[in-house]
Amino acid sequence: MSILTVSNIKKQFGGLVAVNSVDMTVEKGSITAVIGPNGAGKTTFFNLITGVYQPDEGNVQLGSSSLVGLKPHEISRLGIARTFQNIRLFSNITVLENVMVGLHKQLKAGIVGTLFQTKKVREEELRAQEEAYHWLEYVGLAQHLNEEAQNLSYGAQRRLEIARALASKPRLLLLDEPAAGMNPRETRELTEFIHRMRDDLNVTIVLIEHDMKLVMEISEHIIVLDHGEKIAEGKPAEIRNNVKVIEAYLGKSAVTPA
Amino acid sequence: MQRLTSKLKGNKLAQIILLVLYVLVTSLSLYLAQASVTAFLLLLVSLLLLYYTELPDRLKWVIAGVVLVGVIPFVASTGPSYQSYMEVATVVGIYVAMALGLNIVVGLAGLLDLGFVAFFAIGAYTYGIFATAQAANFMPFGVFPLSGDSFWIFILIGCFVAALFGVLLGIPVLRVKGDYLAIVTLGFGEIIRIVFNNLDKPVNITNGAMGLASVKPPEIFGFQFVYPNQFYFIVLAILLFVILAVRRFEFSKIGRSWKAVRENEIAAQSMGIHLVRTKLLAFAIGASFSGMMGVVFAAKQTFVDPTSFTLLESITILVMVILGGMGSVPGVILGAAVITILNLQVLTEVTNYLNQLSLNGVISFPEALSPAKMQRFIFGAILIIFAIYRPQGLIPAKNPVFDEESLKEGSENHRKKQIKVESDKGFQA
Repeated sequence: MSILTVSNIKKQFGGLVAVNSVDMTVEKGSITAVIGPNGAGKTTFFNLITGVYQPDEGNVQLGSSSLVGLKPHEISRLGIARTFQNIRLFSNITVLENVMVGLHKQLKAGIVGTLFQTKKVREEELRAQEEAYHWLEYVGLAQHLNEEAQNLSYGAQRRLEIARALASKPRLLLLDEPAAGMNPRETRELTEFIHRMRDDLNVTIVLIEHDMKLVMEISEHIIVLDHGEKIAEGKPAEIRNNVKVIEAYLGKSAVTPA
Repeated sequence: MQRLTSKLKGNKLAQIILLVLYVLVTSLSLYLAQASVTAFLLLLVSLLLLYYTELPDRLKWVIAGVVLVGVIPFVASTGPSYQSYMEVATVVGIYVAMALGLNIVVGLAGLLDLGFVAFFAIGAYTYGIFATAQAANFMPFGVFPLSGDSFWIFILIGCFVAALFGVLLGIPVLRVKGDYLAIVTLGFGEIIRIVFNNLDKPVNITNGAMGLASVKPPEIFGFQFVYPNQFYFIVLAILLFVILAVRRFEFSKIGRSWKAVRENEIAAQSMGIHLVRTKLLAFAIGASFSGMMGVVFAAKQTFVDPTSFTLLESITILVMVILGGMGSVPGVILGAAVITILNLQVLTEVTNYLNQLSLNGVISFPEALSPAKMQRFIFGAILIIFAIYRPQGLIPAKNPVFDEESLKEGSENHRKKQIKVESDKGFQA
């Protein structure tokens, strides 16, 4: 069963066609990778799904509801969470509070309740702290709960972004270059972690990644973009041998020996 | 000195004794040496010392209450400058509330607002129009001025009207960000003032540049509030509410949403935070505090005209927030107090002193450097010094500290619950 269907999506910035007529179907519970050389339109593609940009043409469908025309926060409420290529944490607040923001769409506290600190609001806040702590434990950052997010190491910041995304209980999780800037050991841990996450939490994962070892190991389905167009799609083994993909990454001369 | 502070650390009893001694000495000297500004200021500093003690929060509030409600009005009451001290204290209270309101907009939500005084003006005019005969010019029914009893309801009305205008101004203004937002809010602040200045025709609503004179003083059970020492208590009560509200908002879902929007709009949105609603809420709540104090201001001055609400006022309030520490409630309170007292008391005293000296021929100032003209210069210099040595503000904002142990326990329960839910599902299947 497919959870996300992207059909014929297009986005143009001035004269540059960033994403051109791309189709994609993501199966529920799968791990899908979107790869491609720099500037291929991968992040734009994510931004079109999450509502940061509106597509010029085409449709994005989560389950049975269309996402076109919705604001990012509305899409988030439908069950899509994401991380960012250039980490976007709430740098000056604590690690725990960062995760708590991920829980916000489940919290009901309003102005009046907050002002009078009703029992319900206090309880809810306490539960939220506990749940946020639970997610920190899950990604292994529990001991850093009171630190400012900006003081975490690079790898920890990436994990915090994932914890924040998980806290919003997504059906679909988009990871934008989760392994960027990580050393081989960290990348290996991340690979395991992504697997574990999918199995534990029953979440569908789509990721953009440049680390081919990680991509080949982890993904069940791969989509290759180049210059905004989809040039190939299939299982890791198929992609590995695809002529067009090798050409996109290494140039024509790699395919047709002179 | 270092040994002394390290000895004091952790010793709560010594802290209390020292604090009580300090309050006693300063209040005695104020009580005996009448009209001593220094003693009055030192007495106020006791509140700052109280903040730095390690006493439990509840006790701090009680002590602060005793000092503010009992000690200060009592020991100041004997001297001839009683009313002028109370005037200063009242004005400090008004500015503290406004600075706390602006702190929500600028410090927590990160929206630079250079026209904040507009909401103060709206509050002031809301009461001013109805508590003078002015309203009779355009209201088809009712007898105006309303009696002083209505003041208490008008505090609430001023609060809501200012909040409403906060939202109305916010809707168009929040389409822009950063520097542009600052400029647009600056424009709106001026527009409000100019509208009040010109709304005497075709229908005379605000009486234009003439202003509204003899605003009815507040009244309860036939008792009229006329003097600063009486307004002092009104301001104190509202201020208590404002501080309580700000603290509660700051550490709630709403406050966290503001901070999230301040830190990163795109990430906040992708976590499901409604950007426009969150920002409008910050505008509305910030404005509402200002509106309440506007009503008090109108009643206290008994006169409202547009010149009280210039751009300089907006900038002054912003300086209070920045000097105190953006996003920090104790910092902003201190910042507002320091700047108001500097402007009203210290700098005027210094100017008077220098004037006296030059009159007696001790020193002579050239015309261009006369003390009265130098007042703004000294003020500016002080601000620059603060900006260089305390760029984070007098008391920088602090993040809450969560107790790991209790969370660990709670998280354990959470996990059990989750497992239970999952096993329930499995059972059904």
